[in-house]
Amino acid sequence: MLYRESGQFKTTYAADQAMLPIRQDQIFLALVILVAIAIPFLVSNYVIQALLLPFLIYSVAAIGLNILVGYCGQISLGTGGFMAVGAFAAWNLLARIPEMPPLVAFVLAGLIAAGTGVLFGLPALRIKGFYLAVTTLAAQFFLIWLLQRPWFVGYSPTGVISAQTIEILGWRIDTPVDRYLFALAVVIIIALAAKNLVRSATGRKWMAIRDMDVAAEIIGIRPMPTKLKAFAVSSFIVGIAGVLWAYLYLGQLEAEAFDIYTSFDVLFMVIIGGLGSILGSFLGAAFVVIVPIILNTVPSAIGLPLGTAMISYIEIFIFGSLIIFFLIVEPHGLARLWSIAKQKLRLWPFPY
Amino acid sequence: MPMELSFFIEVLIGGLLAGMMYSLVALGFVLIFKASGIFNFAQAAMVLFAAMFIAGMNQRYGVPFWLAIPITIVLMVGVAWIIERVVLRPLVNQEPIIMFMSTIGIFFALIGFAEIIWGSRSRSLDVGIPQDPIFVGDMLFQSYDLVAGAIAIVLVLMLAVFAQRTRMGRVLRAVADDHQAAQAVGIRLSTVWVVVWAIAGFVAVVAGVVWGGNLGVQPVMVDVAFKALPVLLLGGLTSIHGAIIAGLIIGAGEAMAEVYLGPIIGGGIDNWFAYVIAMAFMVYRPEGMFGEKIIERI
Repeated sequence: MLYRESGQFKTTYAADQAMLPIRQDQIFLALVILVAIAIPFLVSNYVIQALLLPFLIYSVAAIGLNILVGYCGQISLGTGGFMAVGAFAAWNLLARIPEMPPLVAFVLAGLIAAGTGVLFGLPALRIKGFYLAVTTLAAQFFLIWLLQRPWFVGYSPTGVISAQTIEILGWRIDTPVDRYLFALAVVIIIALAAKNLVRSATGRKWMAIRDMDVAAEIIGIRPMPTKLKAFAVSSFIVGIAGVLWAYLYLGQLEAEAFDIYTSFDVLFMVIIGGLGSILGSFLGAAFVVIVPIILNTVPSAIGLPLGTAMISYIEIFIFGSLIIFFLIVEPHGLARLWSIAKQKLRLWPFPY
Repeated sequence: MPMELSFFIEVLIGGLLAGMMYSLVALGFVLIFKASGIFNFAQAAMVLFAAMFIAGMNQRYGVPFWLAIPITIVLMVGVAWIIERVVLRPLVNQEPIIMFMSTIGIFFALIGFAEIIWGSRSRSLDVGIPQDPIFVGDMLFQSYDLVAGAIAIVLVLMLAVFAQRTRMGRVLRAVADDHQAAQAVGIRLSTVWVVVWAIAGFVAVVAGVVWGGNLGVQPVMVDVAFKALPVLLLGGLTSIHGAIIAGLIIGAGEAMAEVYLGPIIGGGIDNWFAYVIAMAFMVYRPEGMFGEKIIERI
């Protein structure tokens, strides 16, 4: 009874095309954002560091990859590489041009990642499907190798460099709460931008290319600019996620932190969350962040006498099995379950 | 022979033989892709899984290799059967990317399972392949590489005979050619898939023994399989002999690059060099050297 759009009449085109046309959805989103702002003051710093920050940052990365894989249909396994490009670009900009404001440096880092994405997206004009997925691994391995060269890490002998402290308009981002709020702001901006972008003409072109590229070409969508735009936007967002990961979560930069398994993790989030859904990116990120933590704490909580090594093996095994399980139960991801639930709620208490 | 030339040949042959080892892993991918259109990312995990069982049984329980290897082959058949039942059958007719993700799930599940039983410590796997260096003139070869190359050749010949001369082989080729037509003449797809995954499992056992004997059995072994992916692309996802030839090209190219190009632009380039070769070639011919021409219809 609560969730029903009857009686909500649209009187303008703008209202009809609103991002969330149903009032209950608007209220729900506002509540979610309020809770998100309030939550860091209620939980311990450990929860922020171990749970909330990775969740927010992974959500950004998942949104970026979802634009490429879910909306434009170009499978990429190079996410980790593009994240690394963003992080290292930000560090080098800040280290080499001291008077540059951090925000400008972050945006420029995103643009540099976008440029790299376009460069490695060029083969997508000829190569499709799994062939493309494997060629994006070239980006992954090459970029990580490149970013370990001495010039990029400021000639640090270990290859690990610590991130500069960021200060934006006098706000020194230092404590976990500060970091969380900064990440939250970025997440909200990126999610809104992405949501609107995929509803625009550009987004519809991406989906046309995804559904059948030859047909899309015939009705007048030029594949080259469209695909490259998807690579650029996706890599920009992924690059920003890399910046956040290095500056807010790790506090240091190391190319190895963005290895191939990072790429896999982000791809999991996109697929488990739901291909072609911004909401799904959040759900997928939550899944991938929370499941290992649960798997890690449950055995000791119920008193199983297991060593830490054994727990990590079981964790790998269960994580793999859960992926298979979720794919079998709902190949369209958690976002699809969400929309089914909403549909049921709308009709409740009637079955149809 | 002048020093540079003999060094060149030494590097070249070493690279070719290393390439044969990549081909061994790539073969498993090709078999499954041909028969079911699934890009089986778990092949790498199957190699590690097999190697861990052989080495683990041998070292923890003293099972001799002549017994441990057949047991592992039987085990791989069981794994193939479980995968078909639990994963492939419920997911039949899903989009390729979903199948691909499910094989990544299998990848983690297999590695996790093997580690639960055997732990993640590194084990040696010495099945008695000689490790001595051999001198031909003033060129140095590893006898291990030669034996491994020979094993790869025998395996490929066996697969070729199996595909061309046996009834099951003919069935596999029919399925690879056209799923629906094969079903129409009475071929049971589910049986075929178990067989194909079992063969891929057998190939994984061979690859696991050869790789493990050379580098030791440890979880990092999975990363080596990432090198089989460019081999696969360069050869074409559907071509068995393509996997072999591409393996040779990539192995030789990689060895050359590491020796002659590495010092100029900094070491460690063998991680990505193969991918760049494959990518450059694919822009020229998107289906790889011997892959089936991709025809698109609306």
